[in-house]
Amino acid sequence: MTPARRIGVRLRVDPVACDAYGYCAELLPERVTVDEWGYPRVDGAPVEGDLVELATRAAAECPRRAVLLERVTLA
Amino acid sequence: MSTLTLARTERMLPVGPGGRPAPDLAGHLATHGPLAIPTRDDPGWKAAVRRAVAESGLLGRGGAGFPAAAKWGAVDGGWHRPVVVVNAMEGEPASAKDRVLLTQAPHLVLDGAEVAAAVIGASEIVICVADHNGPAAASIEAAIAERRRAGMSGHRTSVRRPPGGYVTGEESSLVTWLSSGLAMPFFRTDKSVPVTVGRRPALVHNAETLSQVALIARHGPAWFRGLGTTEAPGSTLVTVTGAVRTPGVLEVELGTPVADILAQAGADTELSAVLLGGYGGAWLDAAELAIPYAPGPLKAAGTSHGVGVMIALPRTSCGLAETARIARYMAGESVGQCGPCIFGLPAIADDLEQLWTGRADAAVVDRIQMRAATVEGRGACRHPDGVVRLVRSALVVFAADTLDHARGRPCSGHASPTVLRFPEGAAGTRTSA
Repeated sequence: MTPARRIGVRLRVDPVACDAYGYCAELLPERVTVDEWGYPRVDGAPVEGDLVELATRAAAECPRRAVLLERVTLA
Repeated sequence: MSTLTLARTERMLPVGPGGRPAPDLAGHLATHGPLAIPTRDDPGWKAAVRRAVAESGLLGRGGAGFPAAAKWGAVDGGWHRPVVVVNAMEGEPASAKDRVLLTQAPHLVLDGAEVAAAVIGASEIVICVADHNGPAAASIEAAIAERRRAGMSGHRTSVRRPPGGYVTGEESSLVTWLSSGLAMPFFRTDKSVPVTVGRRPALVHNAETLSQVALIARHGPAWFRGLGTTEAPGSTLVTVTGAVRTPGVLEVELGTPVADILAQAGADTELSAVLLGGYGGAWLDAAELAIPYAPGPLKAAGTSHGVGVMIALPRTSCGLAETARIARYMAGESVGQCGPCIFGLPAIADDLEQLWTGRADAAVVDRIQMRAATVEGRGACRHPDGVVRLVRSALVVFAADTLDHARGRPCSGHASPTVLRFPEGAAGTRTSA
């Protein structure tokens, strides 16, 4: 059973909403790092595979709802 | 600030009979001629103006240089009637072009706003002038009243007075203030979606951009392209300050060598660098002043025209000290919403102050570069990115100074009085670190 297209998510952080709780970096250190003041940095590349569930959790658990997920279709 | 105009190009700011600008309606009409805007829906006229603005290649004059015609398309097709917002906030302390336009050519700005409002079907024009800028607001109010008396007013027009501040005039901040009274930028996930005032899509244009629209509507795109370069047609307003004999606003053809513009303002021949684009702009080495004042060549030289500001730095000044003052001022102008801006800008200003005073450790330059990379692109608005651009350019243009300062040998120039202007009481205005 091979899916026709792979689905990934792109992570973004709303910098106005973010208050540097750091849950996202704790849940998904593979893709989220924190700067010297504790604010998250994400790269623009889509998250895929096993990490999608963790990205979804990072967004859901953010106390400030600052982690935004955008569904992307991968080639 | 002096508003002396030495206009080599006189499209927007004609000197007029007797060598004086004629800001009243009669003088405006005598200078520019009448402008017919249909009061009833006229699809043919609307399409013609849209085409003219698109073919003119007019780039927005508010700093980002976005094609004006593309903004018009973005507010189309919604249920709510759009609103035209004239951005004359001029939060850039070194800039005077918007207040010069509003005081010397207010009817040209209003013409442009009326044209844009008629084309996009707006229900209202809102003109934003900073609360501290009384003369500009009084001038535009008087012009609106004059048109009303002459039976010329088309759209409902009002003047609003948001608080002054570097960031207030940023598009998303301005519409937030108009909607809610808070001058705060917001995070835009998709910049092609127009900002709104309440629920109404807003067409936000800089006052100069609309003045250009007024001229394009009169004379057409071919006339507009008669000046300037292919990628950046037309003329533009430049505020020239610093080590110049006659600081003020000049109208120049895009593509004019930077040195010629400086010469028109009577710049010192002994300059070390020129700050282009404003406090969120970038330094240009004095050895490169022959380059044309147009987006492409400026970008290739690591700078940009931004909001049309040129600050001449004399040899006697210390570029690093001046950069540190700007960085401190810009840190103080953060509205305090985004972490990287709240913490990053003061940290960069601290680093720069340690550097120019010769108190820094060996790693200071690397630390500034690292912090610049950390802050870049991580604000809701572009405020931190401007500081990054400025600081990076300083480390390149003043590279030799940077080495000396970093080794604890500050130059003598840091004791010179600053050539920069800051609003009274703003952070960074003190000359000692």
